[in-house]
Order: sequence, then C-alpha cells, then structure tokens
Amino acid sequence: MFDVKQVRKDFPILSRSVNGQPLVYLDNAATSQTPKQVVEVISDYYYRYNANIHRGVHKLSQEATDAYEKARTTIQTHFNAAHPHEIIFTSGTTESINVIAAGYASILSKEDELLISALEHHSNIVPWQMLCEKTGATLKVIPMTKLGTLDMEAFENLLNPNTKLVFVNHVSNALGTINPIKEIIDKSHQKGAKVLIDGAQASPHIKTDVQALNIDYYVTSAHKLCGPTGVGMLYGKETLLKELPPYQGGGEMIASVTFEKTTYADLPHKFEAGTPNISGGIAFGAALDYMNKIDFEAIASYERELLIYATDALKKIDGLKIYGEASEKTAVISFNVGTIHPYDIGSILDQMGIAVRTGHHCAQPIMDFYNIPGTVRASFSFYNTFEEIDVLDKGIRKAILMLQ
Amino acid sequence: MKTIETIQEEIVEEFSLFEDWMQRYEYMIDLGKSLPLINEQYKTDTYVIKGCQSKVWVHAELKEDQLNFTADSEAIITKGIIAILIRVFSNQHPKDILTANTDFIDRIGLKEHLSPTRANGLVSMIKQIKMYAVAFQTQLN
Repeated sequence: MFDVKQVRKDFPILSRSVNGQPLVYLDNAATSQTPKQVVEVISDYYYRYNANIHRGVHKLSQEATDAYEKARTTIQTHFNAAHPHEIIFTSGTTESINVIAAGYASILSKEDELLISALEHHSNIVPWQMLCEKTGATLKVIPMTKLGTLDMEAFENLLNPNTKLVFVNHVSNALGTINPIKEIIDKSHQKGAKVLIDGAQASPHIKTDVQALNIDYYVTSAHKLCGPTGVGMLYGKETLLKELPPYQGGGEMIASVTFEKTTYADLPHKFEAGTPNISGGIAFGAALDYMNKIDFEAIASYERELLIYATDALKKIDGLKIYGEASEKTAVISFNVGTIHPYDIGSILDQMGIAVRTGHHCAQPIMDFYNIPGTVRASFSFYNTFEEIDVLDKGIRKAILMLQ
Repeated sequence: MKTIETIQEEIVEEFSLFEDWMQRYEYMIDLGKSLPLINEQYKTDTYVIKGCQSKVWVHAELKEDQLNFTADSEAIITKGIIAILIRVFSNQHPKDILTANTDFIDRIGLKEHLSPTRANGLVSMIKQIKMYAVAFQTQLN
C-alpha cells in the first residue's frame, strides 16, 4: 500500500525550509531528490570498501567490483536487457547519446538520413547536428502538433530506406508528453532504421522493457530516478554495440596494448575507458532497488492522481494556459499566465519556498513552436502531496496578484 | 545633481523600510513599471545583455557629458532591477560611473532574494553599464 507520509521520511531534504517556508519541491524533472537508502549506499562505499575496480587482486577491489557489477545486473534486470554487458555505465544521458553519435560518425554516409522529433531536449539535438556536419548526412525533424504530441502521419512520410537512425524521447521534458515509442520503433524497423530512445524523463515514472519494445538503444541518467548525479547508462543490443567503435581511449577498455596495435576489450568495457564513477554506479543500482520496492505501478497511479488534481486546480486560474495536453503524459505541468513572464512567476514562487523551473527547459524549438519565451514547469514525483499542490495553486494566485 | 553615492544611500534607506520580501518585490515591480523605456529600434541583439535569463536590452546615450540609460526586459522583476540601476547611474558622468562602488546591491539585500541566475544577470547588467561608461569616457577624452 503506497503511503506518501511514510515515503517522505526517506527524504530528509523534503523537511527543510526555503526562504522561511516549508520547501515544496516541484522541479523533479530536472533532478529528483535522493532517499537516505541511496545516500547510505554511497557513504558505505567510501567508509568501507572504496577501491579501484576490475584490476585489483586485493579484497577491497573485489568487493567494489562485485558491488559495481551487481548494480549493472540490477539495471539489466530492471530494464529487462538480455545481457548485463548490454548495459554501459556513462556519466549520464548526454554522454550516452554522444557515445552513439560518435560511433555513427564512422557508419554514416552522405545519403543517410537521421530523424529526430520536434519534442527533443537540446542534448538530443546538438550531437546529431554535429554528426551530420561531420558525415554529410541529413537531419530531419518529426513535427509536433498544438497538443504537444508528435505528428505520426508526418513521421511515416519522413521515414524512408535512407533513414538510418531515429531518435525520440520516451517522454518530453518540457511538456511531459509520452510518445508512442512502440509504434515509432516498429515502423522504423520496417524501413531498416535503428531507434534510440531517450528515457531520461520516462524512467522515473515508467518501467521500460527494452526487449518487449524491441528498443535498439536506450539512455537515461540516475539522478532523474532517485540516484546521484554524474552517472547514467546506455543500453544497446549486443550486436549493435559490438559494431560500434569505442568512444574514448584509455585504461579498462583494452584487451592488449602494444605500440603497433591495441585490441579492444569486450563489452561493456570497450565503452568504459578509465576509472568510472564507482560509488555512483552502485548507488544507481540502489536507487532502482528503492523505486522497485515502492513499486512502479504504485508510483505511476499515485502520480497520475497528482497530475489530475493539479491540472484541475491550475486550469481554474484565470488566464493560465497549459502547454502540452497530450492524453498520455507524465506528472508535468508546463504553463504560462497571460503575458506574465515565466521568470517573474518562478521568482515569486521561490520566495514562497516553491521550487519550479522556468525558461525554455533546454527545448528551445518547442518554445519557438508556441512562440513563447518559455514556461513555468511544475513537475511532480511520488513524494509530492496534494497539500503541496494546494500551496502551488495559492502561490500562483498570489504571484499573479503581485504581478498584474 | 545628486551623486551616485547619494542616490545609493537613498535606495538603501528605502529598502530598509520593507518588512518582508513581498513588500520588496512589490516595490521592484512598481519600479519596473516606471522604467525609462528603450526606443524600440534598439531592441535588437546588439543591445541584449548576455547572462540574463529573460531578455534585457540597455541603451546608453551621451547628453553633454552625462550618460543617459534606457532599457527594457520581458520580465517585470528584471525591469525593476534595471530601474534601480538606471536610477543610480543615469545622468552621471562616465568617469563617475566607472569608479562607482556597487556594494549597495548587497546592502539592499537584492542578491539574496534573487535566484542565482538572476544574480548573475545583475552582475552582467552592471558590467554592461560600466562598459558603456568606458566607451563614452574614451570618446570624451
């Protein structure tokens, strides 16, 4: 039985105050808070078995290696990957995307096309633009609709035998739209294209089965799902990762080195040059354990209630417009009030202890589409409460009174 | 003609009268509404201040030997902040602007009530105003 009061006890930060008011943290899409259970795993690592992994013969190194590799297996199980070595530890979603983009530089040619969605975050646009500059391939964009969903008809028309890669986020960070990735994957595969799914915004809310969805590459960051910053993952099908050239040269990623030739290590080490974020990787596994213990079904249904409650409340505010009204969305509300600038609302809410995000959310093309400078974004997590939504509702009303 | 220092002292005194953040913000919002607005023709990228999260444009003009500032922003609180800066620095000699101390900003508690991004924007605004002063000072020499 999901009990938010009980859950909140795991997050000491939620009981602090900000500007003299109890903190209401509604910037979860930017980063989630970290429960005690995960913080303790990090301190336990440093207090008890901090050592470099994989190469040591001594006990601490073995313990650290075991914990790190166990975390990889936890991640594998969570996403239902076929093999642990299909999970590559990275510094986060951005690096994961760059590993693929760098690898495709030697695969793509001038005639090839890349397809990305209009709902992408900058980190999912820029690497591909750079890749196209390098290879001469063409970047095409799946347009979006006023509701903030992808135009699937246009998508099908854009797909053709030259399409090599399709990149879509599972959930849009700016609007919360859940994209129909199964359909996108199936249709892309029919034309022979591979699909990369950016799961940064989806993974805290939806348990994704990479095999059931037949995903080619999947990326996410630990800090979005109760883990620490600076660590993330890249999933790739074994056959695809084997074809991809290594990303960085260094220790750990080699099988043998002479001055004439280096043979690369097998997966996953081929993509994990140098000493990784060991405690971060272990904590990533702990974060997934923590969330699975609460249960993703319970999380999703509670967050859905929060979203409905918040949407109903905010819609009653005069002049408030919500951006992103897809029928399928995660607990994110992106909005503006009349012509008030999002920064003004955000600053006043901050004075009341309410943390929201304002701006273009690193998704400038979406803002350009709506012809707005940005939005205020409130993003909810399973540890938020209905009372906090009431505080937000009052806060916005107060801000409007002050600003008009 | 009041000196920069005198105006700064006046502002510090005004802000000390406010009892809470709401009054302070309401005052800044009012100030924002009274900002001497920039001529529309200058609302271009050339006059945008980098480092502010909402767009801010500032223009300076030399009248006799004094600098006159006009500005605008998309966000009203930001306009309030520029209005304070313009009240301090407008109609002053470039040389005085260049040598002016700006610790009054800390004394009115503006920085602590601004989010980091906004605080950076504030630094950028002051930097830009001083840049204008440098440019016009050279012209005067």
